[in-house]
Amino acid sequence: MLIINKLQVSIQNKAILKGIDLKIKPGEVHAIMGPNGSGKSTLANVLSGREEYDITAGTLHYQGVDLAPLTPDERAHLGLFLSFQYPVEIPGVSNLYLLKSALNAKRKHQGLDEIDAIDFLSVVREKMKLLQMDDSYLYRDVNTGFSGGEKKRNEILQLLLLEPSLCILDETDSGLDIDALRIVAKGINLMRNENRSILLITHYQRLLDYIKPDVVHVLSDGKMIAEGDYQLAAVLEAEGYEPFIQKKAGD
Amino acid sequence: MTKPNQTLETLLQQNYEHGFVTDIESDTLPPGLNADTVRAISAKKNEPEFMLAWRLKAYEHWCQLTEPHWAHLKYTPIDYQAICYYSAPKLKDGPKSLDEVDPKLIETYNKLGIPLKEQEWLAGVAVDAVFDSISVATTFKDKLNDMGIIFCSFSDAVQNHPDLVQQYLGSVVPYTDNFFAALNAAVFSDGSFVYIPPGVRCPMELSTYFRINAKSTGQFERTLIIADKGAYVSYLEGCTAPQRDENQLHAAVVELVALDNAQIKYSTVQNWYPGDENGVGGIYNFVTKRGECRGEHSKISWTQVETGSAITWKYPSVILKGDYSVGEFYSVALTNHHQQADTGTKMVHIGKHTKSTIVSKGISAGFAQNTYRGLVKVLAQADGAHNYTRCDSLLMGTHCGAHTFPYIESKNSRARIEHEASTSKISEDQLFYLAQRGIDTENAVSMIVNGFCKEVMKTLPMEFAVEARKLLGLSLEGSIG
Repeated sequence: MLIINKLQVSIQNKAILKGIDLKIKPGEVHAIMGPNGSGKSTLANVLSGREEYDITAGTLHYQGVDLAPLTPDERAHLGLFLSFQYPVEIPGVSNLYLLKSALNAKRKHQGLDEIDAIDFLSVVREKMKLLQMDDSYLYRDVNTGFSGGEKKRNEILQLLLLEPSLCILDETDSGLDIDALRIVAKGINLMRNENRSILLITHYQRLLDYIKPDVVHVLSDGKMIAEGDYQLAAVLEAEGYEPFIQKKAGD
Repeated sequence: MTKPNQTLETLLQQNYEHGFVTDIESDTLPPGLNADTVRAISAKKNEPEFMLAWRLKAYEHWCQLTEPHWAHLKYTPIDYQAICYYSAPKLKDGPKSLDEVDPKLIETYNKLGIPLKEQEWLAGVAVDAVFDSISVATTFKDKLNDMGIIFCSFSDAVQNHPDLVQQYLGSVVPYTDNFFAALNAAVFSDGSFVYIPPGVRCPMELSTYFRINAKSTGQFERTLIIADKGAYVSYLEGCTAPQRDENQLHAAVVELVALDNAQIKYSTVQNWYPGDENGVGGIYNFVTKRGECRGEHSKISWTQVETGSAITWKYPSVILKGDYSVGEFYSVALTNHHQQADTGTKMVHIGKHTKSTIVSKGISAGFAQNTYRGLVKVLAQADGAHNYTRCDSLLMGTHCGAHTFPYIESKNSRARIEHEASTSKISEDQLFYLAQRGIDTENAVSMIVNGFCKEVMKTLPMEFAVEARKLLGLSLEGSIG
């Protein structure tokens, strides 16, 4: 279970998150929606341990472990996975090599032997089939020269392969056309099970039409201003964020 | 929170793995250099008259020269009279086989990770090991002998094949070439000699390991490789040196000759002691390496992975004399701490339809300075000449420097000369991305850097590529300030 308690975060002395509470139980899918600059991506980055953010107050716990002192790779080994809003290009490193290294890093942490090349290929090909990706993805350099949609699909491939227990998807729907969105959503839905927690960060309702969240949160100016079930997303889509922000200001 | 940067700092402080000294009695000349030193070296090696005469001419020439200072390097002046020019492990006669080699030497090689015996049987690599100045063990000699291949120490070649030595010695790098080449010609004590007869394809990679052991010893080895018509050879050179506070001088000369349709592939992995993190100690590496494509359709390829030395001054070059000959230079030069490297190549197009390719990858970390210096020269008669050059630099941190000096001189207006260059930095974004996938900083940096060097690494022979990757791992992982 992920428990965020009164979290305050700043970057270069500028407060971004101003006291956030969030609990995600195993098996639950939560969505965080909110306008640009509300702190959604900051939350994703802080959870995964990006270093330029300062936690000024509050705590982050996952499976009872305090995340704050852990490096990003240690958090990854705890089962935390971030699907990047802007996946990074790594020239000269084949996608195959990255996928295999990531999987082996996980296996090593679990005390398992490295996976052999043939087993690995059959596992990764099976996942690629689900996402309608062809073999050429394996031999291209990581995200280098990929289109926006290809990059996002590649993130979901890593997600399927690494089978994390806490998936944070930062604006996974941006840059996807409707067909790609369906395929990506299918991949994410395959990951849903009673042990896995999923946190969707998005601007728009359209992703939530494919992946139905249990809880929707609205984040604005570093604070959670509303919470509801799947219906809340539809209200937001119809009315925009402004009425919620006004209402909160009036409270 | 453990900042990744701190991890990087610790990685940066890694000690030199090969910094041990072997305690062996050695036969050493007192420091200093004059004509008598040259005579003494020649006499100790029982050399024929032509060798002594050549050395003395080189010495006289050297006396007229001054040390060159055009390179982008800074170092304290070298006192040539304080250096000892000959040091040999004491041996009763030469060893006939590995069994006769001093076990302490074998132990040293084992520490370096090159068990001769294992290599002999497993890797199929014939090793001519140069320990300080004389060659102590040569493996696989007999098998090669049967094919007419000569692979021996330079001293043996002088004794047993004086005609070949006299014909080719200095024919590519004459002693008049430069200051360090003249010095080497005067005092070189040993090295490797390879001759591949016409039409013979050398069935294994030939390999030499150089190691500087004795204190205050300059190592001046000389390598001469001749591929006769239609011959092929792949040669591997690896270097290490123990850790010492003072700087040691290494001024080697390598000459390659490729006749018609012959091919020579020369690969180097160099990790001489680079000095400590404050820039104290380390090897001064001033090396002249040149190949001549003397015959038509001949080909010479240099591949180097340079991670060591305090100072590197090295420009493996190819003289493309034969029509349709091909020259290649693939280089990875990594500098960390206070290391300085001024390295690159020269491609001289003389023959018609000659072709050269240069791919240089420079990586700088810490306070290091990394310079690519290259010359592409096309003579008037070299119709159809074609050069492609690509220079990429990767910077880690904010205190290091990368410099590129590509010189192009073309006297033939129809020559095609292409040059591409780039400079990039390892970004925090890349490191964070890989860390998020569970890959620790050390492996992440290694992955990014190996990706950067991929074009060069894939030109290395298999067993060398593994070693080179490991070396890059040791020398440069996590060097982000």
